[in-house]
Amino acid sequence: MTRRDKERYAPWALLVATLLLWELICRGFNVSEFIFPSPSRIATQLWEFRAVIAGHAWRTFWVTMVGFGISIVVGTLLGFLIGSSRTAYAAIYPLMTGFNALPKAAFVPILVVWFGIGVGPAVLTAFLISFFPITVNIATGLATIEPELEDVLRVLGAKRWDVLVKVGLPRSMPYFYGSLKVAITLAFVGTTVSEMTASNEGIGYLLMAAGSSMQMGLAFAGLVVVGAMAMGMYELFAVVEKRTTGWAHRGAHA
Amino acid sequence: MTLAANGQGHPGRSEESPPFVDFAHVWLAYNEELLANEQFAVEDIDLRIGAGEFIAIVGPSGCGKSTFMKLATGLRMPSKGTILIDGREVAGPLKITGMAFQSSSLLPWRTTLDNVLLPLEIVEPYRSTFRAKRDEYAEKAKKLLQSVGLGGYENKFPWELSGGMQQRASICRALIHEPKMLLLDEPFGALDAFTREELWCILRDLWTAQRFTVILVTHDLREAVFLADTVYVMSRGPGRMLVRREIELPRPRDLEVTYTKGFTDVVHELREHIGAIRKLLTSNTEDRKPTVEIAQ
Repeated sequence: MTRRDKERYAPWALLVATLLLWELICRGFNVSEFIFPSPSRIATQLWEFRAVIAGHAWRTFWVTMVGFGISIVVGTLLGFLIGSSRTAYAAIYPLMTGFNALPKAAFVPILVVWFGIGVGPAVLTAFLISFFPITVNIATGLATIEPELEDVLRVLGAKRWDVLVKVGLPRSMPYFYGSLKVAITLAFVGTTVSEMTASNEGIGYLLMAAGSSMQMGLAFAGLVVVGAMAMGMYELFAVVEKRTTGWAHRGAHA
Repeated sequence: MTLAANGQGHPGRSEESPPFVDFAHVWLAYNEELLANEQFAVEDIDLRIGAGEFIAIVGPSGCGKSTFMKLATGLRMPSKGTILIDGREVAGPLKITGMAFQSSSLLPWRTTLDNVLLPLEIVEPYRSTFRAKRDEYAEKAKKLLQSVGLGGYENKFPWELSGGMQQRASICRALIHEPKMLLLDEPFGALDAFTREELWCILRDLWTAQRFTVILVTHDLREAVFLADTVYVMSRGPGRMLVRREIELPRPRDLEVTYTKGFTDVVHELREHIGAIRKLLTSNTEDRKPTVEIAQ
């Protein structure tokens, strides 16, 4: 087996090993499935309630995507603003850091008052929780242009805009894709958290409903689905990242 | 201390025709506060460079060589004095200059060819015709790359090139818009000795063919003496031009010349000037208030 094969199979091997250990512990210690269901129990529940879970999962998925879409647009624009102007950087950064430290779950009741139960709070929570890394990364990419290169271009009469578009933006693309991978997982967290208290649909709602009726297998199945969706999207962005900014990852396949 | 002409009765070549670059008692402080405290990054720079002349500036690090570059390209305006370039007073960034630095600063997402073409996407008159005439410009860039021995590497990415090759591409980028003046800030500083000498010859050949004016900032005295018509020695804290030394070695110069006595004598002489500056700085006998290192 080559090193490359090993790298490819390693995550699957780890997953199988974890599930086996989990199953063994549940069976060996005879853990009640109302406390901590075994993987096999979760799997059967997943299959049994597949239609219900699929419906809630789809809802969570598209709500997350809408929130994530907004956060890409807003995050990029904000990042552009902060990264391209020192004054904006000085003015916005501290406030934004403060805002980011607030627990987004705490916003949900407020959002419910403003937008009612349903899609609104979930989309906004997903957005609020995930735009920060995008903004920070775009801003970093723009703010760290080599001064020599900037001089070379400024001598030629380049405006600030030229430098940002020709150098800053392409340069920050690897940072941008890196941040998307973080942001998408956060967006799923945001949606799920919001759905737990402010929705009658979505995986978050399913978790609450299943939990309150002691259907632990179903609740865990819901968690598995959210995790799987986030991993899927993460992988998608990883592929896009490699395709579009291969120059930044040349060490990886050298 | 004033500028000491060190040639033995040789009038500067630059004095025969109107100078291309004319620094008249130029002082620069980086901001108002430093100006108020009379802390200058460079002081009383007074020199003239003829059209097509190759000058080198040597000196200890932090002596304001990079500041000099910023002044000569119009990226910084002098606090006192005037700078005339090509007969006009400098009032902003000068498009007739090309610059290259110690780090090649090529863009990793562009091929070598596209990196060399970058200035044409920005500077007029190329900018407005760039799309229409791209093929023509690409042809020009390829020729330039060929002339520095990078033929066949046009479509490679910078990270596929060696350090010396990257630096050659960087010099091509500086020359693609046919500047009248080339400014080089320690362009070969990060290269090994053999590659460095190879690039000296490439730069010499480019200059011989195109006769742009060159200002080369370097730590390397051999490099300065081998390439330049005139070498200036700069002191630091604050930056001043201390010595002007014409290099009378005949052209064309071959690398062999660097092993002759005439060559090493000049290098020695310059070395002594630098040594004197360093001694002066360490013994601090100067009758001025302690100067603060000014960040470039």
